[in-house]
Amino acid sequence: MKDFLRRFARNRSAVAGLAVLALVVLMALAAPALYPGDPWDMVAEPFLPPASPGYPAGTDMMGRDIAAGLFHGARVSLLIGLVATGVALLIGVSVGAVAGYFGGLADNALMRLTELFQTIPAFLFAIVLVAIFRPSVATVVLAIGVVSWPPVARLTRGEFLSLRGRDFVQACVAIGMGDTRIIALHVLPNALAPIVVTGSLMVATAILTEAGLAFLGLSDPNVMSWGSIIGAGREVLRSAAWITALPGLAIMLTVLAINLVGEGLNDALNPRLRGR
Amino acid sequence: MRSRLAWLLRRLAQAVPIVVGIAVFNFALLHLAPGDAADVLAGEAGGATPEYVQQLRRRFGLDQPLPVQLGRYLLNVARLDLGFSFRHSMPVSELIFSRLPATLLLMVSAIALAFGLGVLLGVTAARSVNRLADNLISVAALLVYATPIFWLGLMMILLFSVHLGWLPSGGMFTVGADFAGLARATDIARHLVLPAVALALFYTALYTRLMRASMLEVFNLEFVTTARAKGLGERAVAWRHVLRNALLPMVTMLGLQTGSLLGGSVLVETVFGWPGLGRLAFEAVLQRDHNLLLGILLLSSVLVVAVNVVVDMLYAVLDPRIEAAP
Repeated sequence: MKDFLRRFARNRSAVAGLAVLALVVLMALAAPALYPGDPWDMVAEPFLPPASPGYPAGTDMMGRDIAAGLFHGARVSLLIGLVATGVALLIGVSVGAVAGYFGGLADNALMRLTELFQTIPAFLFAIVLVAIFRPSVATVVLAIGVVSWPPVARLTRGEFLSLRGRDFVQACVAIGMGDTRIIALHVLPNALAPIVVTGSLMVATAILTEAGLAFLGLSDPNVMSWGSIIGAGREVLRSAAWITALPGLAIMLTVLAINLVGEGLNDALNPRLRGR
Repeated sequence: MRSRLAWLLRRLAQAVPIVVGIAVFNFALLHLAPGDAADVLAGEAGGATPEYVQQLRRRFGLDQPLPVQLGRYLLNVARLDLGFSFRHSMPVSELIFSRLPATLLLMVSAIALAFGLGVLLGVTAARSVNRLADNLISVAALLVYATPIFWLGLMMILLFSVHLGWLPSGGMFTVGADFAGLARATDIARHLVLPAVALALFYTALYTRLMRASMLEVFNLEFVTTARAKGLGERAVAWRHVLRNALLPMVTMLGLQTGSLLGGSVLVETVFGWPGLGRLAFEAVLQRDHNLLLGILLLSSVLVVAVNVVVDMLYAVLDPRIEAAP
């Protein structure tokens, strides 16, 4: 663990990413305290440019405080990114573990299923799911989870296949341990490093997907997210570009930070690959 | 030649179950959606009696058992009959095929641009690893990789259309201009630049990173040492020997990206008002036209399957050893 932290800390860009990410998390946590009101409320005159007194990020066409939207949007983006990734990991690891551990017919059937899901264009699939089942935080989370598990399943299956034949797993089988216990306590922990790396990078993709859906109007109508601010702001792009520009910068910085942290994790967890 | 044909037939046969699976899946989604076609039609007519809705269900075969409906649906899909879009008063497949060329033009331009730039930048970065050019390219790739595609498009409109006035901000033609021949092609090309670049930049970043990693990997192989030993210059080694071998993972990536490219074009076409499949999907969402939306999903998936077959063929051309494998 100490070794891991030392390796991670030596990667300067990963540490910078972690700092930015910590800032975004702080924004998300501070949102209810700093902006206790509803971010949808009209609080000032419309189209105040950024750096106006009291409204550092300006206001939008309805006189809503953009800074409040940015802070509350951080909550939505991080929450949806994390939970959707959790859903994808749950499905992907389960499918991959069963396929890789048991092999044979189960493997064949599950990999066919994975291939099917991988063929359907992910973002389009997410649009269809959210549109059919009506936009809400839950449907957006589930849709992103459902479209992004196949790579996790393939990765997990590969790890399980190679670990399945190792001596320590055979020893567990020989002493009569149950399959569930072997999978959960012995194989999975050894397969965890690449899964963690993939998961961390998936949070970034999930945030981008959520932003894209919200931009198209496919987000919970009661929740303000960065993508939905951009979707509304594009109507007045020519006269009030800041409404579109600021949330986009927020998305970019957050996604960049998560990608840097993910790559730092990759380097720290796979020391053999360093220097690439 | 005959073995190549046999291989192609076998590869196509492998694709059939996937297409059928996707169609079954689409059928399931259509039935999971709240409200069926009869409800939609009745709502369209501004409310109807329960008896009338029941009659509609009978007419569409919606009162039949599910397996019968599934069989009928699959037969229809095989005949490319994807139902009717009441919002557009047009068969779904006709609507999709009328919008497909614009999307293909956008996708092919974007992917060609991304592939070319990605190879160029990736090779440049790999040849100056950890020096200034490499660092600049890698940082730019990281930034672009994190930028939402639709936001990038909007910022490009702001810069190139609103402030500089160089390029049109949306659409595919100049409205009312009625160009013909070369003038028409130039007009479309001018409208294509911004959406194609917006869509391409994300993939350029992806290909640059992949190309750099792939080049560095191949640089370590023994045949490269041999090429150097026989006195070839670094430029010839990189471009003629290493590049060819480093291209294989790029081709794989090209096949894997088709689906994501289709998703990206929904966003780009919405931003730029490009009259393609993606914009049609966005309109279908706004109009709650589920039949049309699912038709687009189905045909996009089939497109992905088709591109994968083509990529496999390309693979066999690039690396003859692969064709021997089943």
